[in-house]
Amino acid sequence: MTGRSVGDVSPQSFHFDEPLPLRSGASLPAYDLMVETYGQLNAERSNAVLVCHALNASHHVAGTYAGQARSEGWWDNLIGPGKALDTDKFFVIGVNNLGSCFGSTGPMHVNPATGKAWGADFPVVTVQDWVDAQARLVERFGILKLAAVLGGSLGGMQALDWALRYPERLSHCIAIATAPNLSAQNIAFNEVARRAIVTDPDFHGGHFYEHGVVPKRGLRVARMIGHITYLSDDVMAEKFGRELKGSALGYSTQEIEFQIESYLRYQGDKFSDYFDANTYLLITRALDYFDPAAEHGGDLTRAFGSARAKFLVASFTTDWRFSPARSREIVKALLDNRLDVSYAEIDAPHGHDAFLLDDPRYHGVLRAYFERIATELERPAAVQFKGMAI
Amino acid sequence: MSFDPAIAALVPPGSRVLDLGCGTGELLEHLIKHKGCSGYGVELDDANLLACMKRGVSVIQRNLEEGLAIFEDQSFDVVLQLETLQNLRNAEAMLKETARVGKMGIVSFPNFAHWPNRLQVLFGRMPVTRALPYEWYDTPNIRVGTYADFGVLARKNRLKILDSFGLQNGEVVRSRPNLMASVAVFKFERE
Repeated sequence: MTGRSVGDVSPQSFHFDEPLPLRSGASLPAYDLMVETYGQLNAERSNAVLVCHALNASHHVAGTYAGQARSEGWWDNLIGPGKALDTDKFFVIGVNNLGSCFGSTGPMHVNPATGKAWGADFPVVTVQDWVDAQARLVERFGILKLAAVLGGSLGGMQALDWALRYPERLSHCIAIATAPNLSAQNIAFNEVARRAIVTDPDFHGGHFYEHGVVPKRGLRVARMIGHITYLSDDVMAEKFGRELKGSALGYSTQEIEFQIESYLRYQGDKFSDYFDANTYLLITRALDYFDPAAEHGGDLTRAFGSARAKFLVASFTTDWRFSPARSREIVKALLDNRLDVSYAEIDAPHGHDAFLLDDPRYHGVLRAYFERIATELERPAAVQFKGMAI
Repeated sequence: MSFDPAIAALVPPGSRVLDLGCGTGELLEHLIKHKGCSGYGVELDDANLLACMKRGVSVIQRNLEEGLAIFEDQSFDVVLQLETLQNLRNAEAMLKETARVGKMGIVSFPNFAHWPNRLQVLFGRMPVTRALPYEWYDTPNIRVGTYADFGVLARKNRLKILDSFGLQNGEVVRSRPNLMASVAVFKFERE
């Protein structure tokens, strides 16, 4: 990895008074968004890149928190001075989505109607609702058009939604390891995770805050199943294989025997310490609901008829949760609409997790693409040669 | 310049172009900048992919052996298939796909009937020349054909040849190209 860290950063909170109408028909009366930014917004306000987060991440995309060890942002390997998304050239915005548990208005906050925590009553939010809130934030910065919206997995869905519903407000859409909608298998995994949480006796119908407990058992199992789907069979075999935790089999049905069990339990424990159960339910539902083609009779090509951005779509060969075939569906819809699209199918062993990792081929693609965007920003006229014989 | 001006000249101005095996995207960039064309490259190699992206040439990473299903029928004015056909296992299927996706196809490939190749075969060895620098055991050119052979394949697939010539050291060869040129070039459309 080349480049440096953006260094110590601190989040800002933005308050919005205007109610946010939601897809469900409900509305959020007022809300706060937690935000971090890196780099400088240029005088033309043309160099902003919005980064959308996936399931368990936040506005803390890059840099560190002063005095906190291991506090690097979740995409710190990508973003910083001299890194693939170069903060010497771009102004990068990280925003925490509504319903999350990292500071933006969510189920742990007080419902003004009741004076108690929202809990399970927090309105169901969709990818579109998040994007609407992000669009208001971008307006707050005085940015008319983003240089790019970038996201992986669920974040990629947000980037796509930007291109569909705010076509004039972004130049480039970068959608990584994502899909035009979830498959039945994907919804099934989410449902197993949700059932694990909802059936935990400590869940109390989502109002566990009042009981002073956390449905940790459910969260642990939810994280364990999620984690299995983020890794490839090969990478699990390589990392753990059939390696034993102890020196010999213990002939126990309940103690940890294999290293993979130990790893999953550790991941589950860690996750249940910081993640909110209601947020997990909300975010997996947002994933399930995303389906831009549904409003166009299932025709993804027609759904992308409104898009105007240039696209970079990337997938990973060993990602079986958001497989390359799903990314190719997106690419086909873009090609059918004669949109400017580049597609990278990256040969990486890590499965879905690859989009967060520092793979040289993957980061090479992003670096090359952001260099192109930077060049366009420097010489806006030079790229408008379409239909013009020089 | 890694592309041949004689081939670039075959592409009508303003065309929507698909370049199969587009390499570093130099030809596409030229067509976009100087002939008002638009379009995409298809490329498998990671380094070439990056080179295209840096140029601002749209590129789709795909193995041509897997076909062109991602592209609709007749969705391009011109499909270029330059120096790739000889590397493909299903060369004939690929030619059909080219004709399906493009209103016009332009193909180039090494002509194995060029006289130095004939001479080497006459002396009992597989040709190793500037246009064919590989030994028989490591060549990526798994489909070895001649200028004359392509005409036969085109007829079999009901393709109408609009223009054809040879290329030798960057010069267009229109007289006895099957003997005199190391590269064969064909421009065709569906009958």
